[in-house]
Order: sequence, then structure tokens, then C-alpha cells
Amino acid sequence: MPTLSLKVNGKAVSGEVEGRTLLVEFLRDQLGLTGTHVGCDTSQCGTCVVHVDGKAVKSCTVLAASCAGASVTTIEGLAANGKLHPMQQAFHEEHGLQCGFCTPGMIMAAVDIVKRNGKKVDEETIRRELSGNLCRCTGYHNIVKAVQSGAANM
Amino acid sequence: MENFNYHRPATVAAAAALLKKSKDGVYLAGGHTILPTMKQGLRAPKDVVDLSGIKAMSGIKASAGAVVIGAGTTHMEVASSSAVKKAIPALAEMAGKIGGVHVRHKGTIGGSIANADPASDYPSACLALGATIVTNQRKIPADKFFTGLFQTALKKGEIITAVSFPIPKRAAHQKFPNPASRYALTGVFVAQGKDGKARVGVTGAGPAAFRVADMEAALSKEFSEKSIAAIKVPPRGLLNDMHATAAYRAHLVSVLARRAVAAAK
Ligand SMILES: Cc1cc2nc3c(=O)[nH]c(=O)nc-3n(C[C@H](O)[C@H](O)[C@H](O)COP(=O)(O)OP(=O)(O)OC[C@H]3O[C@@H](n4cnc5c(N)ncnc54)[C@H](O)[C@@H]3O)c2cc1C
Ligand code: FES
Ligand code: FES
Repeated sequence: MPTLSLKVNGKAVSGEVEGRTLLVEFLRDQLGLTGTHVGCDTSQCGTCVVHVDGKAVKSCTVLAASCAGASVTTIEGLAANGKLHPMQQAFHEEHGLQCGFCTPGMIMAAVDIVKRNGKKVDEETIRRELSGNLCRCTGYHNIVKAVQSGAANM
Repeated sequence: MENFNYHRPATVAAAAALLKKSKDGVYLAGGHTILPTMKQGLRAPKDVVDLSGIKAMSGIKASAGAVVIGAGTTHMEVASSSAVKKAIPALAEMAGKIGGVHVRHKGTIGGSIANADPASDYPSACLALGATIVTNQRKIPADKFFTGLFQTALKKGEIITAVSFPIPKRAAHQKFPNPASRYALTGVFVAQGKDGKARVGVTGAGPAAFRVADMEAALSKEFSEKSIAAIKVPPRGLLNDMHATAAYRAHLVSVLARRAVAAAK
């Protein structure tokens, strides 16, 4: 089995992977980073979103082997010094979750939206750019509010 | 998903050699079609040759006459490229409507065209703009490329390296997205070349992307909504499924074509 070396949440890690090992499987099963969820495993729901080299991607549809040398950030990598990331804090304050299953993917997608569109990103852009993230509980209103308020504090 | 040998060559020649050597190999670009297909067990290749390590295959070059997009360029890169936005704004807008953000960060123009999904967006742009598909073996005009449902003119092992789009006088793209998948239920790309000739490319409606000759003739005479107002596309042979009937898709072609002509810039 080929050995894979990459950076995850700022730390150098390596592990043995099969050709078919998905990035999400490597993160969850080998590194124990279970904050990244698998909702559909068919590229639809966005609960598995992580950042690879700064870009939000669906980790259920990326081969781990293709991330050799890359820098990956998961939901576990956002909080710094025991303090929630402004986007995590905003989801908490704006009640942007109910069951919480979609939340890691939502937050990773949200951080990516703000990175590309800036702190003042408008509601229409947020709604359009969250189209790849499904939530079965909230009805999205509070998620959108949370993204807007988190954006302002990022 | 069945296991396979994973390869990540750095050059086009090495990728082609790997595929040739394999009994049952497949290329992988953004993986956003081929990985779901393999997960479903519809493909179980022995070797996967990842094209994403080939630097020469990605990037965008614009000249006075054409925009050349490397096959490995992602939809997000095309959508946000200032060169594409300036030369062919309709193409950048179209790329920005493919799937969602995460799909656009991985999916590539080469993968999209090679796959020739009847509901994918790029084929309509290739036909309407009169693009040339550049491979490691030859140059294929878009008109000869999309041959049927998931069928293209590509030979076994042939690699798309770039797509060259002539810069039109004006163009626009209109899409009626499937509300669940965001793929095109029907999409129409309209372009008027610098020579005044108009071309209309349709995706999502038929088994393969196609052009509408009647509309093109009318628009080449007079590029206005009015000149195609009465032109209808026969529903015969169009896709008919749980998402929409053939008659509805035929209707969408006319509506979207008129909207595209009105929006063309
Ligand atoms: C949720 C979701 C929504 C989507 N929505 C849309 C949409 O709205 N519109 C749309 O157009 N598409 C949509 N797509 C498809 C997306 O655009 C894919 O990126 C595209 O179909 C395939 O590109 P890829 O780079 O991922 O190719 P891959 O999946 O890596 O490859 C696809 C096929 O092409 C072959 N191939 C790849 N690159 C080359 C090359 N350079 N030369 C020769 N053969 C090659 C592969 O062997 C494979 O058979 C969606 C996908 C998903 C998962
Ligand atoms: S688990 Fe990856 S998109 Fe649903
Ligand atoms: S909070 Fe339950 S799925 Fe979004």
C-alpha cells in the first residue's frame, strides 16, 4: 500500500492508503477526525466539506492519494487556543443548527464563502453558494444569518 | 468501490503510456463523475491515472482571437478568470452555474467534455462558440465531437489537453437547472461570431448536445428575439423522463434561446 504524506490542520501526518481510500475515510478512520461527516456519499449533501489547499471540496469525492503533499483543514482545525472560530461562534449564537449533522460542512463552506467574497458578503450570494450543502432541520434561515454574522467577525 | 492501482503522472505522454499499459485503466481529472460512477459499481478499473498532476494541462491563455483553456482547469478557475470574463463573459457565467461551489472547485472542463453527460453545460458552449477540442493526438471541431449519449469522438486512451474557444461578437447562456441536481434540465448557449454568423447550442434536451439550424439561419440574418419568436423545436427524439417530458424540453429550448438572445453581450 502506498504511503501518503500531507498536512492536516497544520500538522504533518502520514499513513498507508489504498488507491480507493477516500479523503473522508482517511480523515475519519485513520486520523480519528470524525468531525467531518458522511451524509450521502454521493457528492450531493456537503456534510463532508473540508478545505484542500484553501479550497472547499467534498471529501467523499476526493481520493486520499491525490492529496499527497496538500494542506487539508477540517472542522477540528478552525478553533485556535481553545477559542471557537468566529464562524463557529456565530452558528452557536444565531442558532444555526438543530441536530448539527450538517454543521461541520456548513461551517467549512461558510469560511470558504467569506474568503472568496469578503466580510460583507450579501444574503443572496450566501444562499446561492450554499447550494451544495443540504440541511434537513433548520430551513436555512438561521444558517444564512449565522454566515452573515460570522463573516463580519472573521 | 473496488480497489485499483493509483498513478499520478507529471506529463501527458506518461499518462497516455500508463493507460496503454493497463488492461483496464481510466483517467481521473476532478473525479466528480468518475468516482461516483465507481462507487456505484458501474466501473471497476484496474488502474486509475490521475491527470491532476500534469501542470501543462491547466491554465487559461487569451489572445486576440481565442481563449484557450487547459483541460485540467476547474470550473471555478474559468468562472473567476478575468481573461475569460473579458473575452467571453457568457462562458465565465456558464462555468459559474455548474453544480455548487465545491463541485466547481474540483470539476474540470476536460472531464466534463470527455464525459459528455447529456445534462452537462460545457457541450452547449463548445457548439455555439465553434470550439476546437485539442487532444494529445489531434484537433477535433466541437461539431464532430459530441456523438451521442455519453459518447464522444475520443479514441481509447486519447487525452483532451485543451479547449480553444474563438472569441465571439456577443454571446449568452441560459439554463433551467434541475432544482435538485443543478444540472441543466435544458440549457441554451447562443453566440454571434465576429463574421455575423450565429450559432445555437443546446444541452440537457437531447441525448447529446445539438445545434438548432433554423434559429441559426434566422439569427444570422437578424440577431434579435423577434427573428426566432416563431421557431419551434420538434420534441421527437428529445429526452423524456421523470424530470421533464420531451415536449416541455422542446418548449424550454425556444424560451431559453429567446432569453439568451436578449441577454447576449
Ligand atoms: C453534485 C454535482 C453537481 C453537478 N452539476 C453539474 C452541472 O450543473 N453542470 C455540469 O455540466 N456538470 C455538473 N456536474 C459534473 C461536474 O461538472 C464534473 O466535474 C464533470 O462532469 C466531470 O469532470 P471531472 O473533472 O470531475 O472529471 P472526472 O470525473 O475525473 O472524469 C470524467 C470522465 O472523463 C474522463 N476524462 C477526464 N479528463 C479527461 C481528459 N483530459 N481527457 C480525456 N478523458 C478525460 C475520465 O476518464 C472519466 O471517464 C456536477 C457534478 C456533481 C457531483
Ligand atoms: S457525504 Fe460528501 S457530499 Fe454528502
Ligand atoms: S441541523 Fe440537522 S441537518 Fe442541518
